[in-house]
Amino acid sequence: MTILETLKGAELGKLLKNGLSLDENRNGILARASETGHYDGIKTLTLKEKDPIKYERIFSKVRAGLVNSREVAKKIAASPIVEQEGELCFTLYNVAGDCIATSTGIIIHVGTMGAAIKYMIQNNWEINPGINEGDMFTNNDCQTGNVHPCDIATIIPVFFEGYLVAWVGGVTHVIDTGAVGPGSMSNGQIQRFGDGLQITCRKTGVNDTPLRDWLHESQRNVRTVKYWILDEKTRIAGTSMIREMVQETIADEGVEAWDVFAMEVIEDGRRGLTSRIKAMCIPGIVKTVAFVDVPYTHPDVAVPSPFAKLDSIMHAPCAITVKSDASWRLDFEGCSRWGWHTYNANPTAFTSGIWVMMTQSLVPTERVNDGCRYATQFRLPKGTWTNPDDRRTAHADAWHFLVSSWSSLWRGISRTYFGRGYLEEVNSGNSNPCNWLQGGGINQDGEIHAVNSFETAACGTGACAMKDGLNNAAAIWNPEGDMGDIEIWELAEPLLYLGRTQKTNSGGYGKWRGGNGFETLRMVHGSCDWTMFFMGNGYMNSDWGLMGGYPSATGYRFEAHNTGLVGPGGRIEAGKEIPLGEDLNPDDRLWENLLGPDAEVKRDKQCITTEAMFDNGDLYLNYLRGGPGFGDPLDRLHSGKQSIEEDLNENYILPEYAKKIYGVVYTQDAEGVYTVDSAKTTAAQEQIKKDRIKRSVPVKEWMKTERQNILDNKASPQVKQMYASSFALSEPFLNEFKTFWDLPAEYNLLESSLGIPTYGSTKTMDISEMPDCKPVIMTEE
Amino acid sequence: MSTYTKQEVKQLVDGTLAWDTVHQMISMPKDADRYKLYMEVIQEKLSYKHKVIMALGPHLNLAIRDGDEEIHAFCDCGKDFGHYKGNWKLNANIYVRDTAEKMDQVYPRLMAPDTTWQVYREYSCPDCGTMLDIEAPTPWYMCMHDVQPDLKTFFEWVGIPAPKKI
Repeated sequence: MTILETLKGAELGKLLKNGLSLDENRNGILARASETGHYDGIKTLTLKEKDPIKYERIFSKVRAGLVNSREVAKKIAASPIVEQEGELCFTLYNVAGDCIATSTGIIIHVGTMGAAIKYMIQNNWEINPGINEGDMFTNNDCQTGNVHPCDIATIIPVFFEGYLVAWVGGVTHVIDTGAVGPGSMSNGQIQRFGDGLQITCRKTGVNDTPLRDWLHESQRNVRTVKYWILDEKTRIAGTSMIREMVQETIADEGVEAWDVFAMEVIEDGRRGLTSRIKAMCIPGIVKTVAFVDVPYTHPDVAVPSPFAKLDSIMHAPCAITVKSDASWRLDFEGCSRWGWHTYNANPTAFTSGIWVMMTQSLVPTERVNDGCRYATQFRLPKGTWTNPDDRRTAHADAWHFLVSSWSSLWRGISRTYFGRGYLEEVNSGNSNPCNWLQGGGINQDGEIHAVNSFETAACGTGACAMKDGLNNAAAIWNPEGDMGDIEIWELAEPLLYLGRTQKTNSGGYGKWRGGNGFETLRMVHGSCDWTMFFMGNGYMNSDWGLMGGYPSATGYRFEAHNTGLVGPGGRIEAGKEIPLGEDLNPDDRLWENLLGPDAEVKRDKQCITTEAMFDNGDLYLNYLRGGPGFGDPLDRLHSGKQSIEEDLNENYILPEYAKKIYGVVYTQDAEGVYTVDSAKTTAAQEQIKKDRIKRSVPVKEWMKTERQNILDNKASPQVKQMYASSFALSEPFLNEFKTFWDLPAEYNLLESSLGIPTYGSTKTMDISEMPDCKPVIMTEE
Repeated sequence: MSTYTKQEVKQLVDGTLAWDTVHQMISMPKDADRYKLYMEVIQEKLSYKHKVIMALGPHLNLAIRDGDEEIHAFCDCGKDFGHYKGNWKLNANIYVRDTAEKMDQVYPRLMAPDTTWQVYREYSCPDCGTMLDIEAPTPWYMCMHDVQPDLKTFFEWVGIPAPKKI
């Protein structure tokens, strides 16, 4: 017997009318785009110009069909992540896998499912396993376009009169993928091999029927089976509805018009982005940077391998070049290396995910498609956390790094909006949306279960240049922003709410303050063998504030065990006061006074942990972060709307910090209402300005001190690891660093000199080294 | 194409514009006159004679220096922060919050960064004490040169003759 690479009878070039294989067809599009700067070499939008009504009619049908299918399919799901938070998306692609249009929802998947389709095209899926009408393909492989394994995509081809005319993809964020750590974005695992079930564009259905082997295998590899099944039905229903809609549209409008539309609409999208850049931005270079703490030496972080026991810092510098032709380039030269944790990302996460953010300012239209990508040049250096060169990397919480780097881009591009007067578009950056409350065990229904609370979809937003940020409103990755109903979360999780309130003092100060986050205090109830962990920033803040505004507050952890709250003789039964969900100033540690004498409390900055055991009656604080501020705080109004007085009366800020930051002088009546004394406040603010001058030094003087710190190697191990990692990957970054600080030519900092584990720093093996594997590369590396 | 009055742009800058108009500004195509009106609004708030051509912050602008027509960054108080191709921060004052005690002045300790990981760098005007920018990097990080505008292309985009010395 011979092992064949091609299915018996299968042949390339039978799916398209032009007789090309899918790969040949796509390569032609890429070549024409490269030669002309226009998608597929389309210089004239023939259909749009000659028959604009038809063009718009097709677009409207497609877009409405996508949105409608999403809304209908959403009702099938039981998972609150999908049903409450809208973590699903349906997208239509042309035959080359380039996005035509997408539904509302998590539109990062404009590109992720497109990358999976391109992978199938590039690796000749058309001859093995074959692409036929009624087929279903499933993908969640992070090395094949996906962001993290919990985004499961169902992709189906659309045929018309025997030929392939489009692809449809539907994605849902599932609660669990069977990773080492329970929950969809877990940690604890440090490699792909613990990151949960990963499916690589597998054919999982034929003749519109899911295959039984797939169903049995997939369902037993995850914890939350019922949710998994209903999520898959959601995706199948939505994609089937869209396929029908496309076929009806083609029957109505003609296949010739469809073929033209499916290409022109992407060139139209490319032009849409460039015209908007030209209308809103300032050409030139904008530099930004973001950081995220990865505190893994703490004893509450249990990892399977000693080489992952390392404190490190994610480093994401970015040079945004807005070019004279109104395209733009994002260059991430200098990023730190990927790591032994679950926060690594892949290039598609960048090239696609950025539109989640940019649709909220730069391209706030329904016309976001792959045209935006063709107007954007990405440079993601190989070997960095943005583009790992090792196939072992884990990605379950890729968002942890991604959102921080994107937030800095938003801050950076906002500088150009501000520069030419579009103040209404400025965003100081978004919060790093966390904490992610996750865990699992046996739930209140006696079933194996896992949870990931998506309350974090409603964090505080960054301040604008003409108004405050929004309190507990949105997340950078989910512009629909919804914290979900308490009642639904209590059904989905064995965790009662003892309180849910805005998080005082969590937004950054400024002329316009960042939106506050919120906090929920959960008590474990009705579970068995339950675990939970924390996932967020604590030692660092990934936001900076803008133009004189302060960064938002960082995170902290509060968990309490053996609380003495429940059971016979517990504080609840005894009618005693218990913590009810407002940890006003965490430094005051007031809740500790409301627990039993043997309570074990963890209240600290360690905001990344792995599974800890929780008994019924134990407490977990889910603190969702605030957004950064804009402008000098001393410019904030004293009274009226969006003022210091309102901050005090609405409990947006602690009085102590209103005094320290804003210099406010106030009186408080018997009912606790604050009234600001504007004259005295103005006088106090003048003194603050004098104090600033007095305590500060000229930057050039300070630089001499900091330079000496560098030469003396005075910094924490994690800071040094970050620089060493970036220096090793980027000579340009090292040279920029040496030039700025005027360091000797021979200066360098090597990881090997730091006395910390360096596994992965010298020898790696990329996915491209796998047999018969042609990865899709859409960025400069 | 939307259009707005100078008064509306002034109200936008002051934060007093009616929300309906702000919403229109966000949802409609951008108004081409905005830059011109914005510069006029900023200029009228300033006491110095340099001609403002771009805003770097609420109190920091690029302006054509009165006399030699070089483009420099100026604080509202008139302090000159140097040529626009350089980094204005290098001519500012700085206060670095690099200890827990210094961070205590801005956030409760549990809500502030650990300074062995991250510091706050507050850049202010040495003459008037206005806070111009705050960075939150790791120790050792370079001062960010945030914006390096391509003024020649910019003035082509807004359809206004470029200053002589770009």
